[in-house]
Amino acid sequence: MSASNDTVGKTIIVAASVAIVCSVLVSSAAVLLKPYQEKNKALDLQKNVLEAAGLLHDDTDVATAFSKIERRVIDLDTGAYTTAVDPDTYDQRRAEKDPNLSDKLPREADIAGIGRREHYAQIYIVRTPDGAIDKVILPIRGYGLWSTLRGFLCVEADGNTICGLTYYEHAETPGLGGEVDNPRWKALWHGKKIYDDNGAVALDVIKGRVDASAPGAEHKVDGLSGATLTSNGVEHMMHFWLGDQGYHPFLRKLQQGAIS
Amino acid sequence: MAESPKKILFGPIFDNNPIALQILGICSALAVTGQMNTALVMAAALTAVTAFSNLGVSLIRNHIPSSIRIIVQMTIIASLVIVVDQILRAFAYGLSKQLSVFVGLIITNCIVMGRTEAFAMKNPPGLSFLDGIGNGLGYSFILVSLSVVRELLGSGSLLGHKLLIPVTDGGWYVPNGLMLMPPSAFFLIGFIIWALRTAKPEQVEHEEFHVITNEEAAEYDLPLAA
Repeated sequence: MSASNDTVGKTIIVAASVAIVCSVLVSSAAVLLKPYQEKNKALDLQKNVLEAAGLLHDDTDVATAFSKIERRVIDLDTGAYTTAVDPDTYDQRRAEKDPNLSDKLPREADIAGIGRREHYAQIYIVRTPDGAIDKVILPIRGYGLWSTLRGFLCVEADGNTICGLTYYEHAETPGLGGEVDNPRWKALWHGKKIYDDNGAVALDVIKGRVDASAPGAEHKVDGLSGATLTSNGVEHMMHFWLGDQGYHPFLRKLQQGAIS
Repeated sequence: MAESPKKILFGPIFDNNPIALQILGICSALAVTGQMNTALVMAAALTAVTAFSNLGVSLIRNHIPSSIRIIVQMTIIASLVIVVDQILRAFAYGLSKQLSVFVGLIITNCIVMGRTEAFAMKNPPGLSFLDGIGNGLGYSFILVSLSVVRELLGSGSLLGHKLLIPVTDGGWYVPNGLMLMPPSAFFLIGFIIWALRTAKPEQVEHEEFHVITNEEAAEYDLPLAA
């Protein structure tokens, strides 16, 4: 190594050239691979809808299975189907931030930590062979410890029984909060009842294990050990999205049979 | 450095293994070896990053000012890791989700930085590239060995194919839950180190001191403990 390498000029030139070459490398990789990544993301979303509905098995062809699922857009305030936006082109993630398509939540109402709530939600409907609604799959999101968790919640046609939960995007600590992806924990949600007799959201993520014989066990789910804040985040997003700000109007209509 | 290319390429597998002898890169070896497919992807990703970062650093080694050499190495390593992460996201989305932060953490993997600093800064590009592949192979050897044992005993399968049918699926095999936990990799690495050092006694470290006997103490005329 020659001594001239240590001059200020050479140091700056080397630093700048390394930075430029590396940034070109990184950005061209990101741009060239973007189409593939988008395709994967879309496929992953479909997979997660199927998984929440309990329709994803090892040999499932995702595209075929997904094509049997109906996509509808509902108005979150009234809980009814809406034609205000086209389900095929509606981009809910963009709508979350669009002032024309979403409302800022007052601080005390924003228990899920999402900032704004969109007017319309894209939901997925699974029908029985005779055309009746079997399950609905609802997108939910909320803040955990580090990140916004995004997932799908499956609710039976009675509008009260959970039939699945899955998260497709989060950045919680692997092994602790990241255990929201653990199939065994997700399976605990099956069959839990959302509302109590007064119609209030009664779901509760508790510390430790649920005693199945205790009263109210049908509303309770084990918390994730070592991940209190993620567990709280999950509970809060359930309360928000299943409450009056979220899907309660829709689920009430579903219960009454006013949705078909 | 008069080592032959062959020795540079294959030496790190048994003679100078980055995990078993240098005890580097243990973190990811614990984290991603519960299943064979994640271990294989991680091994390939690390091998690629080590090889190309060695190549890159070696190419400009005569121009790197010593005051910023570590940060230059880090920049090259970090860029390569991002590229590898992007490629995995494009072509192996499910696996990249499972590997989550561990691909990004290749940046801080001691093996990569250790090789650029210790080898690539002093050797020509061809040899440096081989050295990167070699150390990647050494890492891969341990990862694949760990994951074979852990997946087979922990889940009764290899690469997702059920070989030992677990009792939960109506078979006879009771899966060993410990093997699914990261600490089991510690025990297994310990066994590998034991086996390697038994086969190659020159890898055993010298004891830093030894306790002398009373006779020796008397011989040197040292005071005896009461």
